[in-house]
Amino acid sequence: MADFDIIVVGAGPAGSTAALVAARAGKSVGLIERGPFPGSKNMYGGVIYGRVLDSLIPDWWEQAPVQRWVTRRGTVMMTPTQSVTLDYRTAKWGRPPYNGATAFRPDFDAWLAGHATDAGATLVCSTTVTGLITDPAGRVVGVRTDRPDGDLTADVVIACDGVNSFLAKEAGLYPHADDTSHFTLGAKEVLSLPREAIEERFGLTGDEGADFEIIGCTGDIAGGGFVYTNLDSIAVGVVLRLSDLAESSRRAEEIIAELKSHPLIAPMVKGAKLEEYSAHLIPEGGYNMMPRLGAPGLLISGDAAAFCLGAGLWLEGVNFAIGGGRAAAEAAISGGDSMLDDYRRRLESTFVLADHKKLRRAPELVLSDRVQFRYPQMIADLLEDIFTVDNPRPKPGMVKLVRRAVKAHGVKLRHLARDGWKGLRTYG
Amino acid sequence: MATIDFRVSSRAHITVDSDVCEGCPARACITACPANLFVPTSDGGILFNYEQCFECGTCYMVCNNEGAITWADPEGGHGVVYKRS
Repeated sequence: MADFDIIVVGAGPAGSTAALVAARAGKSVGLIERGPFPGSKNMYGGVIYGRVLDSLIPDWWEQAPVQRWVTRRGTVMMTPTQSVTLDYRTAKWGRPPYNGATAFRPDFDAWLAGHATDAGATLVCSTTVTGLITDPAGRVVGVRTDRPDGDLTADVVIACDGVNSFLAKEAGLYPHADDTSHFTLGAKEVLSLPREAIEERFGLTGDEGADFEIIGCTGDIAGGGFVYTNLDSIAVGVVLRLSDLAESSRRAEEIIAELKSHPLIAPMVKGAKLEEYSAHLIPEGGYNMMPRLGAPGLLISGDAAAFCLGAGLWLEGVNFAIGGGRAAAEAAISGGDSMLDDYRRRLESTFVLADHKKLRRAPELVLSDRVQFRYPQMIADLLEDIFTVDNPRPKPGMVKLVRRAVKAHGVKLRHLARDGWKGLRTYG
Repeated sequence: MATIDFRVSSRAHITVDSDVCEGCPARACITACPANLFVPTSDGGILFNYEQCFECGTCYMVCNNEGAITWADPEGGHGVVYKRS
Protein backbone atom coordinates (compact mmCIF):
# COMPACT_ATOMS: atom_id res chain seq x y z
CA MET A 1 0.00 0.00 0.00
CA ALA A 2 1.49 3.32 -1.07
CA ASP A 3 1.76 6.27 1.33
CA PHE A 4 -0.42 8.40 -0.97
CA ASP A 5 -2.52 7.94 -4.07
CA ILE A 6 -0.78 10.94 -5.59
CA ILE A 7 2.37 12.80 -4.60
CA VAL A 8 2.74 16.32 -5.97
CA VAL A 9 6.23 17.82 -5.85
CA GLY A 10 6.25 21.60 -5.50
CA ALA A 11 3.50 23.80 -4.07
CA GLY A 12 3.57 26.48 -6.76
CA PRO A 13 0.49 27.23 -8.89
CA ALA A 14 0.77 23.97 -10.88
CA GLY A 15 1.37 21.76 -7.85
CA SER A 16 -1.23 23.30 -5.59
CA THR A 17 -3.85 23.15 -8.34
CA ALA A 18 -3.02 19.50 -9.02
CA ALA A 19 -3.26 18.75 -5.29
CA LEU A 20 -6.54 20.66 -4.99
CA VAL A 21 -8.19 18.83 -7.90
CA ALA A 22 -6.94 15.39 -6.82
CA ALA A 23 -7.94 15.90 -3.18
CA ARG A 24 -11.42 17.05 -4.17
CA ALA A 25 -11.79 13.84 -6.16
CA GLY A 26 -11.20 11.91 -2.95
CA LYS A 27 -7.59 10.94 -3.57
CA SER A 28 -5.04 10.97 -0.78
CA VAL A 29 -2.52 13.60 -1.80
CA GLY A 30 0.91 14.51 -0.47
CA LEU A 31 2.01 18.01 -1.54
CA ILE A 32 5.73 18.39 -0.93
CA GLU A 33 7.35 21.81 -0.84
CA ARG A 34 11.05 22.47 -0.28
CA GLY A 35 10.53 25.99 1.04
CA PRO A 36 9.28 26.70 4.56
CA PHE A 37 5.88 27.65 3.08
CA PRO A 38 4.32 27.60 -0.41
CA GLY A 39 5.51 30.50 -2.55
CA SER A 40 8.63 31.11 -0.48
CA LYS A 41 10.91 30.18 -3.41
CA ASN A 42 8.86 31.83 -6.09
CA MET A 43 9.17 35.10 -7.93
CA TYR A 44 7.98 36.22 -11.36
CA GLY A 45 7.71 39.33 -13.43
CA GLY A 46 4.21 40.10 -14.07
CA VAL A 47 0.61 39.43 -14.10
CA ILE A 48 -1.66 36.61 -13.01
CA TYR A 49 -4.61 35.98 -15.36
CA GLY A 50 -7.10 34.38 -13.01
CA ARG A 51 -10.01 33.32 -15.19
CA VAL A 52 -8.59 29.80 -15.30
CA LEU A 53 -9.69 29.61 -11.65
CA ASP A 54 -13.39 30.35 -12.40
CA SER A 55 -14.47 26.73 -12.26
CA LEU A 56 -12.09 25.73 -9.44
CA ILE A 57 -12.61 28.57 -6.96
CA PRO A 58 -15.73 30.40 -8.18
CA ASP A 59 -15.26 33.55 -6.11
CA TRP A 60 -11.47 33.59 -6.44
CA TRP A 61 -11.29 37.32 -7.03
CA GLU A 62 -12.89 38.03 -3.69
CA GLN A 63 -10.28 36.03 -1.80
CA ALA A 64 -7.08 36.01 -3.81
CA PRO A 65 -4.31 38.15 -2.28
CA VAL A 66 -3.99 40.58 -5.17
CA GLN A 67 -1.97 43.80 -5.19
CA ARG A 68 -3.72 45.59 -8.06
CA TRP A 69 -6.04 44.74 -10.94
CA VAL A 70 -4.42 45.65 -14.23
CA THR A 71 -6.57 48.19 -16.07
CA ARG A 72 -3.74 49.71 -18.09
CA ARG A 73 -1.60 47.54 -20.29
CA GLY A 74 1.29 48.93 -22.34
CA THR A 75 3.54 47.31 -24.91
CA VAL A 76 6.65 49.42 -25.39
CA MET A 77 9.36 49.49 -28.03
CA MET A 78 12.41 51.24 -26.71
CA THR A 79 15.77 52.54 -27.85
CA PRO A 80 18.31 54.11 -25.49
CA THR A 81 16.67 57.52 -25.96
CA GLN A 82 13.26 56.90 -27.57
CA SER A 83 10.12 54.93 -26.87
CA VAL A 84 6.96 53.92 -28.71
CA THR A 85 4.08 52.71 -26.55
CA LEU A 86 0.86 50.97 -27.39
CA ASP A 87 -1.06 51.96 -24.28
CA TYR A 88 -4.43 50.34 -23.69
CA ARG A 89 -6.67 51.02 -20.71
CA THR A 90 -10.15 50.07 -19.68
CA ALA A 91 -12.08 50.37 -16.44
CA LYS A 92 -13.75 47.07 -17.35
CA TRP A 93 -10.69 45.11 -16.24
CA GLY A 94 -11.08 46.70 -12.81
CA ARG A 95 -14.41 44.93 -12.21
CA PRO A 96 -15.33 41.26 -11.81
CA PRO A 97 -14.45 38.94 -13.43
CA TYR A 98 -11.34 41.09 -14.00
CA ASN A 99 -8.54 40.27 -16.41
CA GLY A 100 -5.07 40.33 -14.85
CA ALA A 101 -3.73 41.04 -11.40
CA THR A 102 -0.37 41.86 -9.92
CA ALA A 103 0.46 39.93 -6.77
CA PHE A 104 3.34 38.81 -4.63
CA ARG A 105 3.92 35.14 -5.27
CA PRO A 106 4.50 34.19 -1.62
CA ASP A 107 1.01 35.59 -0.92
CA PHE A 108 -0.69 34.12 -3.97
CA ASP A 109 0.95 30.70 -3.90
CA ALA A 110 0.32 30.28 -0.17
CA TRP A 111 -3.33 31.17 -0.74
CA LEU A 112 -3.74 28.62 -3.52
CA ALA A 113 -1.98 25.93 -1.48
CA GLY A 114 -4.44 26.71 1.33
CA HIS A 115 -7.26 25.63 -0.97
CA ALA A 116 -5.43 22.36 -1.61
CA THR A 117 -5.06 21.65 2.10
CA ASP A 118 -8.68 22.69 2.74
CA ALA A 119 -9.65 20.06 0.17
CA GLY A 120 -7.73 17.46 2.15
CA ALA A 121 -4.23 17.43 0.65
CA THR A 122 -1.38 16.90 3.11
CA LEU A 123 1.14 19.72 2.75
CA VAL A 124 4.70 18.84 3.77
CA CYS A 125 6.97 21.90 3.77
CA SER A 126 10.73 22.30 4.29
CA THR A 127 11.25 19.02 2.47
CA THR A 128 13.38 18.71 -0.65
CA VAL A 129 12.66 15.86 -3.01
CA THR A 130 16.03 14.43 -4.00
CA GLY A 131 15.03 11.80 -6.52
CA LEU A 132 12.50 9.36 -7.92
CA ILE A 133 11.81 5.85 -6.68
CA THR A 134 11.19 3.39 -9.50
CA ASP A 135 10.13 -0.24 -9.48
CA PRO A 136 12.10 -2.93 -11.33
CA ALA A 137 10.06 -2.26 -14.46
CA GLY A 138 11.10 1.40 -14.41
CA ARG A 139 7.74 2.76 -13.30
CA VAL A 140 7.88 5.74 -10.92
CA VAL A 141 6.40 4.67 -7.59
CA GLY A 142 7.47 7.46 -5.26
CA VAL A 143 10.07 10.05 -4.30
CA ARG A 144 13.07 10.27 -2.05
CA THR A 145 13.27 13.27 0.24
CA ASP A 146 15.96 14.76 2.45
CA ARG A 147 14.01 13.91 5.61
CA PRO A 148 15.29 10.98 7.73
CA ASP A 149 13.50 7.86 6.42
CA GLY A 150 12.10 10.25 3.87
CA ASP A 151 11.03 7.89 1.09
CA LEU A 152 7.38 8.39 0.13
CA THR A 153 5.47 6.12 -2.21
CA ALA A 154 2.48 6.85 -4.43
CA ASP A 155 0.56 5.45 -7.39
CA VAL A 156 1.36 8.60 -9.36
CA VAL A 157 3.95 11.36 -8.91
CA ILE A 158 3.20 14.77 -10.40
CA ALA A 159 6.42 16.80 -10.64
CA CYS A 160 5.77 20.53 -10.49
CA ASP A 161 9.28 21.26 -9.29
CA GLY A 162 9.90 24.29 -11.42
CA VAL A 163 12.12 25.43 -14.24
CA ASN A 164 15.17 23.50 -13.03
CA SER A 165 13.07 20.32 -12.63
CA PHE A 166 15.62 17.78 -11.52
CA LEU A 167 12.89 15.15 -11.56
CA ALA A 168 12.09 15.69 -15.25
CA LYS A 169 15.82 15.51 -15.97
CA GLU A 170 16.29 12.41 -13.84
CA ALA A 171 13.45 10.72 -15.72
CA GLY A 172 15.16 11.56 -19.01
CA LEU A 173 12.26 13.67 -20.23
CA TYR A 174 14.16 16.83 -21.05
CA PRO A 175 16.57 16.56 -23.98
CA HIS A 176 16.71 20.37 -24.35
CA ALA A 177 17.33 21.03 -20.67
CA ASP A 178 20.82 22.42 -21.17
CA ASP A 179 20.10 24.57 -24.23
CA THR A 180 20.62 28.08 -22.83
CA SER A 181 19.03 29.76 -25.86
CA HIS A 182 15.60 28.55 -24.73
CA PHE A 183 15.82 29.90 -21.21
CA THR A 184 15.85 33.47 -19.99
CA LEU A 185 16.96 34.95 -16.73
CA GLY A 186 14.32 37.18 -15.17
CA ALA A 187 15.71 39.71 -12.69
CA LYS A 188 13.54 42.19 -10.86
CA GLU A 189 13.70 45.05 -8.41
CA VAL A 190 10.78 45.95 -6.17
CA LEU A 191 10.84 49.67 -5.36
CA SER A 192 8.63 51.14 -2.68
CA LEU A 193 6.69 54.30 -3.37
CA PRO A 194 3.66 55.78 -1.61
CA ARG A 195 0.33 54.64 -3.00
CA GLU A 196 -0.69 58.16 -3.95
CA ALA A 197 2.51 58.67 -5.94
CA ILE A 198 1.93 55.43 -7.85
CA GLU A 199 -1.65 56.35 -8.64
CA GLU A 200 -0.63 59.83 -9.77
CA ARG A 201 2.28 58.68 -11.92
CA PHE A 202 0.44 55.84 -13.60
CA GLY A 203 -2.99 57.48 -13.76
CA LEU A 204 -4.69 54.92 -11.54
CA THR A 205 -7.35 55.04 -8.85
CA GLY A 206 -8.20 52.61 -6.05
CA ASP A 207 -6.91 49.14 -6.75
CA GLU A 208 -6.31 49.70 -10.47
CA GLY A 209 -2.89 48.69 -11.74
CA ALA A 210 -0.62 49.19 -14.73
CA ASP A 211 1.66 46.79 -16.55
CA PHE A 212 4.19 47.72 -19.25
CA GLU A 213 6.07 45.12 -21.23
CA ILE A 214 9.08 46.35 -23.11
CA ILE A 215 11.24 45.28 -26.02
CA GLY A 216 14.51 46.94 -27.01
CA CYS A 217 15.75 47.70 -23.50
CA THR A 218 18.31 44.92 -23.16
CA GLY A 219 21.20 46.12 -25.36
CA ASP A 220 22.80 43.31 -27.34
CA ILE A 221 21.07 40.64 -25.26
CA ALA A 222 17.80 39.27 -26.62
CA GLY A 223 14.99 39.66 -24.12
CA GLY A 224 12.77 42.37 -22.75
CA GLY A 225 11.75 44.35 -19.73
CA PHE A 226 8.74 45.13 -17.61
CA VAL A 227 7.36 47.68 -15.20
CA TYR A 228 4.24 47.05 -13.15
CA THR A 229 2.53 48.40 -10.11
CA ASN A 230 1.88 46.76 -6.79
CA LEU A 231 -0.18 48.50 -4.13
CA ASP A 232 2.68 50.56 -2.70
CA SER A 233 5.61 49.47 -4.80
CA ILE A 234 6.73 49.26 -8.41
CA ALA A 235 8.39 46.22 -9.94
CA VAL A 236 11.00 46.87 -12.63
CA GLY A 237 12.81 44.04 -14.28
CA VAL A 238 14.41 42.51 -17.32
CA VAL A 239 14.29 39.14 -19.01
CA LEU A 240 17.57 38.09 -20.65
CA ARG A 241 18.23 35.18 -22.99
CA LEU A 242 20.70 33.05 -21.11
CA SER A 243 22.97 32.25 -24.05
CA ASP A 244 23.34 35.97 -24.88
CA LEU A 245 23.83 36.94 -21.25
CA ALA A 246 26.63 34.41 -20.90
CA GLU A 247 28.43 35.84 -23.93
CA SER A 248 27.87 39.49 -23.13
CA SER A 249 29.80 39.85 -19.86
CA ARG A 250 27.06 42.20 -18.72
CA ARG A 251 25.20 41.90 -15.44
CA ALA A 252 21.43 41.82 -15.03
CA GLU A 253 21.61 44.62 -12.43
CA GLU A 254 23.32 46.93 -14.94
CA ILE A 255 20.59 46.38 -17.48
CA ILE A 256 17.89 47.05 -14.89
CA ALA A 257 19.76 50.23 -13.91
CA GLU A 258 19.77 51.37 -17.54
CA LEU A 259 16.07 50.65 -17.87
CA LYS A 260 15.35 52.66 -14.72
CA SER A 261 17.28 55.63 -16.11
CA HIS A 262 15.46 55.57 -19.47
CA PRO A 263 13.53 58.82 -20.08
CA LEU A 264 10.22 56.89 -20.16
CA ILE A 265 10.86 54.94 -16.96
CA ALA A 266 12.90 57.36 -14.84
CA PRO A 267 9.93 59.57 -13.92
CA MET A 268 7.92 56.46 -12.93
CA VAL A 269 10.51 55.26 -10.43
CA LYS A 270 11.95 58.57 -9.27
CA GLY A 271 12.60 58.60 -5.53
CA ALA A 272 11.40 55.01 -5.10
CA LYS A 273 13.37 52.97 -2.60
CA LEU A 274 14.86 49.57 -3.44
CA GLU A 275 13.25 46.95 -1.20
CA GLU A 276 13.99 43.70 -2.96
CA TYR A 277 16.11 42.33 -5.79
CA SER A 278 15.60 38.79 -7.00
CA ALA A 279 15.96 36.53 -10.00
CA HIS A 280 14.59 33.35 -11.54
CA LEU A 281 14.94 31.35 -14.75
CA ILE A 282 12.10 31.22 -17.27
CA PRO A 283 11.56 28.42 -19.78
CA GLU A 284 10.74 30.34 -22.98
CA GLY A 285 11.19 27.78 -25.72
CA GLY A 286 7.49 27.11 -26.04
CA TYR A 287 5.85 24.15 -27.74
CA ASN A 288 8.80 23.05 -29.84
CA MET A 289 11.15 22.85 -26.89
CA MET A 290 8.90 21.23 -24.31
CA PRO A 291 10.09 18.12 -22.54
CA ARG A 292 8.14 14.88 -22.76
CA LEU A 293 5.28 15.31 -20.33
CA GLY A 294 5.66 12.14 -18.31
CA ALA A 295 6.71 8.54 -17.98
CA PRO A 296 5.03 5.52 -16.39
CA GLY A 297 3.83 6.69 -12.97
CA LEU A 298 5.05 10.27 -13.55
CA LEU A 299 3.55 13.47 -14.99
CA ILE A 300 5.26 16.85 -15.12
CA SER A 301 3.56 20.23 -15.16
CA GLY A 302 4.09 23.98 -14.80
CA ASP A 303 7.54 25.44 -15.42
CA ALA A 304 8.95 21.91 -15.11
CA ALA A 305 7.13 21.18 -18.37
CA ALA A 306 8.04 24.59 -19.86
CA PHE A 307 4.39 25.68 -19.93
CA CYS A 308 5.42 29.33 -19.57
CA LEU A 309 4.25 31.31 -22.61
CA GLY A 310 6.76 33.86 -23.91
CA ALA A 311 5.02 35.01 -27.04
CA GLY A 312 5.74 38.73 -27.14
CA LEU A 313 2.24 40.17 -26.91
CA TRP A 314 1.40 37.54 -24.32
CA LEU A 315 3.70 36.76 -21.43
CA GLU A 316 1.93 34.32 -19.17
CA GLY A 317 2.91 31.60 -16.77
CA VAL A 318 0.82 31.27 -13.63
CA ASN A 319 -2.39 30.63 -15.59
CA PHE A 320 -0.63 27.98 -17.71
CA ALA A 321 0.69 26.36 -14.54
CA ILE A 322 -2.81 26.26 -13.04
CA GLY A 323 -4.32 24.85 -16.24
CA GLY A 324 -1.49 22.32 -16.52
CA GLY A 325 -1.73 21.24 -12.89
CA ARG A 326 -5.44 20.68 -13.24
CA ALA A 327 -5.01 18.50 -16.34
CA ALA A 328 -2.27 16.50 -14.62
CA ALA A 329 -4.48 15.80 -11.63
CA GLU A 330 -7.43 14.79 -13.82
CA ALA A 331 -5.24 12.38 -15.76
CA ALA A 332 -3.73 11.02 -12.54
CA ILE A 333 -7.17 10.48 -11.02
CA SER A 334 -8.12 8.28 -13.97
CA GLY A 335 -4.69 6.66 -13.82
CA GLY A 336 -4.00 3.50 -15.79
CA ASP A 337 -1.63 2.76 -18.62
CA SER A 338 -3.00 5.53 -20.83
CA MET A 339 -2.42 8.25 -18.21
CA LEU A 340 0.19 10.12 -20.21
CA ASP A 341 -1.91 10.10 -23.40
CA ASP A 342 -4.90 11.21 -21.36
CA TYR A 343 -2.84 14.07 -19.88
CA ARG A 344 -1.75 15.27 -23.30
CA ARG A 345 -5.32 15.10 -24.64
CA ARG A 346 -6.56 17.15 -21.71
CA LEU A 347 -3.84 19.75 -22.25
CA GLU A 348 -4.56 19.94 -25.98
CA SER A 349 -8.28 20.37 -25.40
CA THR A 350 -7.64 23.42 -23.18
CA PHE A 351 -5.65 26.60 -23.71
CA VAL A 352 -2.50 25.10 -22.21
CA LEU A 353 -1.31 23.22 -25.25
CA ALA A 354 -3.77 24.77 -27.71
CA ASP A 355 -2.20 28.20 -27.21
CA HIS A 356 1.31 26.81 -27.14
CA LYS A 357 0.76 24.86 -30.34
CA LYS A 358 -0.77 27.83 -32.10
CA LEU A 359 2.04 30.12 -30.93
CA ARG A 360 4.84 27.60 -31.39
CA ARG A 361 6.73 29.93 -33.74
CA ALA A 362 6.41 32.96 -31.48
CA PRO A 363 9.36 32.48 -29.10
CA GLU A 364 11.79 32.25 -32.00
CA LEU A 365 10.28 35.24 -33.77
CA VAL A 366 10.18 37.39 -30.64
CA LEU A 367 13.81 36.64 -29.81
CA SER A 368 15.01 36.92 -33.43
CA ASP A 369 17.71 39.45 -34.29
CA ARG A 370 15.54 41.81 -36.32
CA VAL A 371 12.68 41.92 -33.82
CA GLN A 372 15.12 42.40 -30.95
CA PHE A 373 17.84 44.62 -32.35
CA ARG A 374 16.57 46.35 -35.50
CA TYR A 375 12.82 46.91 -35.48
CA PRO A 376 12.51 48.90 -32.25
CA GLN A 377 15.05 51.47 -33.46
CA MET A 378 13.62 51.44 -36.99
CA ILE A 379 10.07 52.03 -35.82
CA ALA A 380 11.10 54.72 -33.33
CA ASP A 381 13.07 56.54 -36.02
CA LEU A 382 10.19 56.24 -38.47
CA LEU A 383 7.81 57.79 -35.95
CA GLU A 384 10.30 60.53 -35.21
CA ASP A 385 10.42 61.32 -38.95
CA ILE A 386 6.65 61.26 -39.21
CA PHE A 387 6.05 63.52 -36.21
CA THR A 388 8.95 65.91 -36.71
CA VAL A 389 7.78 69.15 -38.30
CA ASP A 390 10.75 70.84 -39.92
CA ASN A 391 9.21 73.63 -41.92
CA PRO A 392 9.80 75.28 -44.26
CA ARG A 393 10.54 71.80 -45.68
CA PRO A 394 7.30 70.21 -46.82
CA LYS A 395 6.26 66.85 -45.41
CA PRO A 396 7.78 63.86 -47.16
CA GLY A 397 5.45 61.06 -48.22
CA MET A 398 4.99 58.05 -45.95
CA VAL A 399 6.34 55.60 -48.49
CA LYS A 400 9.54 57.58 -48.72
CA LEU A 401 9.85 57.70 -44.92
CA VAL A 402 9.30 53.98 -44.58
CA ARG A 403 11.85 53.20 -47.27
CA ARG A 404 14.35 55.52 -45.63
CA ALA A 405 13.86 54.00 -42.15
CA VAL A 406 14.09 50.46 -43.47
CA LYS A 407 17.27 51.21 -45.39
CA ALA A 408 18.90 53.14 -42.55
CA HIS A 409 18.61 50.12 -40.28
CA GLY A 410 19.99 47.56 -42.69
CA VAL A 411 16.62 45.91 -43.16
CA LYS A 412 15.51 44.84 -46.61
CA LEU A 413 11.91 45.09 -47.74
CA ARG A 414 11.95 41.36 -48.33
CA HIS A 415 12.93 40.91 -44.64
CA LEU A 416 9.93 43.00 -43.64
CA ALA A 417 7.72 40.93 -45.92
CA ARG A 418 9.14 37.69 -44.58
CA ASP A 419 8.75 38.75 -40.94
CA GLY A 420 5.28 40.07 -41.65
CA TRP A 421 4.34 36.69 -43.12
CA LYS A 422 5.94 34.94 -40.13
CA GLY A 423 3.96 37.21 -37.83
CA LEU A 424 0.74 36.33 -39.61
CA ARG A 425 1.47 32.63 -39.46
CA THR A 426 2.45 32.92 -35.81
CA TYR A 427 -0.37 35.07 -34.52
CA GLY A 428 -3.02 34.72 -37.22
CA MET B 1 6.08 44.97 1.34
CA ALA B 2 7.72 41.64 0.67
CA THR B 3 11.40 41.15 1.30
CA ILE B 4 13.91 38.32 1.29
CA ASP B 5 15.44 36.10 3.95
CA PHE B 6 18.29 33.70 3.42
CA ARG B 7 18.05 30.70 5.76
CA VAL B 8 21.58 29.55 5.27
CA SER B 9 22.21 25.83 5.39
CA SER B 10 25.48 24.47 6.73
CA ARG B 11 25.69 22.37 3.58
CA ALA B 12 26.51 24.16 0.33
CA HIS B 13 24.09 23.38 -2.50
CA ILE B 14 26.61 24.62 -5.08
CA THR B 15 30.03 23.08 -5.53
CA VAL B 16 32.70 24.44 -7.84
CA ASP B 17 35.64 22.45 -9.16
CA SER B 18 38.10 25.33 -9.31
CA ASP B 19 40.69 23.23 -11.17
CA VAL B 20 38.29 23.30 -14.11
CA CYS B 21 37.68 27.04 -13.66
CA GLU B 22 41.39 27.80 -13.99
CA GLY B 23 41.34 26.59 -17.57
CA CYS B 24 37.97 28.14 -18.44
CA PRO B 25 38.16 30.92 -21.02
CA ALA B 26 34.53 31.99 -20.70
CA ARG B 27 33.82 32.19 -16.97
CA ALA B 28 30.30 33.23 -17.76
CA CYS B 29 29.18 32.49 -14.20
CA ILE B 30 31.01 35.58 -12.93
CA THR B 31 28.76 38.07 -14.70
CA ALA B 32 25.69 35.95 -15.40
CA CYS B 33 24.94 35.07 -11.77
CA PRO B 34 22.33 37.67 -10.79
CA ALA B 35 23.36 37.46 -7.15
CA ASN B 36 27.03 38.11 -7.93
CA LEU B 37 28.17 35.01 -6.05
CA PHE B 38 31.15 34.09 -8.25
CA VAL B 39 34.32 36.12 -7.88
CA PRO B 40 37.55 35.58 -9.83
CA THR B 41 40.73 35.23 -7.79
CA SER B 42 44.13 36.57 -8.80
CA ASP B 43 45.49 33.06 -9.35
CA GLY B 44 42.86 32.22 -11.96
CA GLY B 45 40.44 30.36 -9.71
CA ILE B 46 36.89 31.18 -8.70
CA LEU B 47 35.68 32.03 -5.23
CA PHE B 48 31.99 31.54 -4.67
CA ASN B 49 29.49 31.71 -1.90
CA TYR B 50 26.14 29.98 -1.85
CA GLU B 51 24.62 31.87 1.08
CA GLN B 52 22.84 34.64 -0.86
CA CYS B 53 21.75 32.43 -3.75
CA PHE B 54 18.34 33.02 -5.40
CA GLU B 55 18.40 29.38 -6.54
CA CYS B 56 17.75 30.40 -10.13
CA GLY B 57 20.13 27.90 -11.75
CA THR B 58 21.85 30.37 -14.09
CA CYS B 59 25.36 29.41 -12.97
CA TYR B 60 25.20 25.73 -13.83
CA MET B 61 23.27 26.47 -17.02
CA VAL B 62 25.91 28.88 -18.38
CA CYS B 63 28.89 26.84 -17.15
CA ASN B 64 30.35 25.89 -20.50
CA ASN B 65 29.75 22.18 -20.37
CA GLU B 66 32.89 21.63 -18.36
CA GLY B 67 30.88 20.47 -15.39
CA ALA B 68 32.75 22.72 -13.02
CA ILE B 69 29.57 23.72 -11.21
CA THR B 70 27.29 21.18 -9.63
CA TRP B 71 24.03 22.44 -8.25
CA ALA B 72 21.16 20.94 -6.34
CA ASP B 73 18.20 22.33 -4.45
CA PRO B 74 19.25 23.32 -0.93
CA GLU B 75 18.06 21.07 1.87
CA GLY B 76 14.41 21.52 2.80
CA GLY B 77 13.51 24.73 4.60
CA HIS B 78 16.81 26.40 3.74
CA GLY B 79 18.01 28.89 1.17
CA VAL B 80 16.18 31.87 -0.22
CA VAL B 81 12.80 32.76 1.30
CA TYR B 82 10.62 35.40 -0.31
CA LYS B 83 8.46 36.62 2.54
CA ARG B 84 4.74 37.20 2.49
CA SER B 85 3.73 40.84 2.32
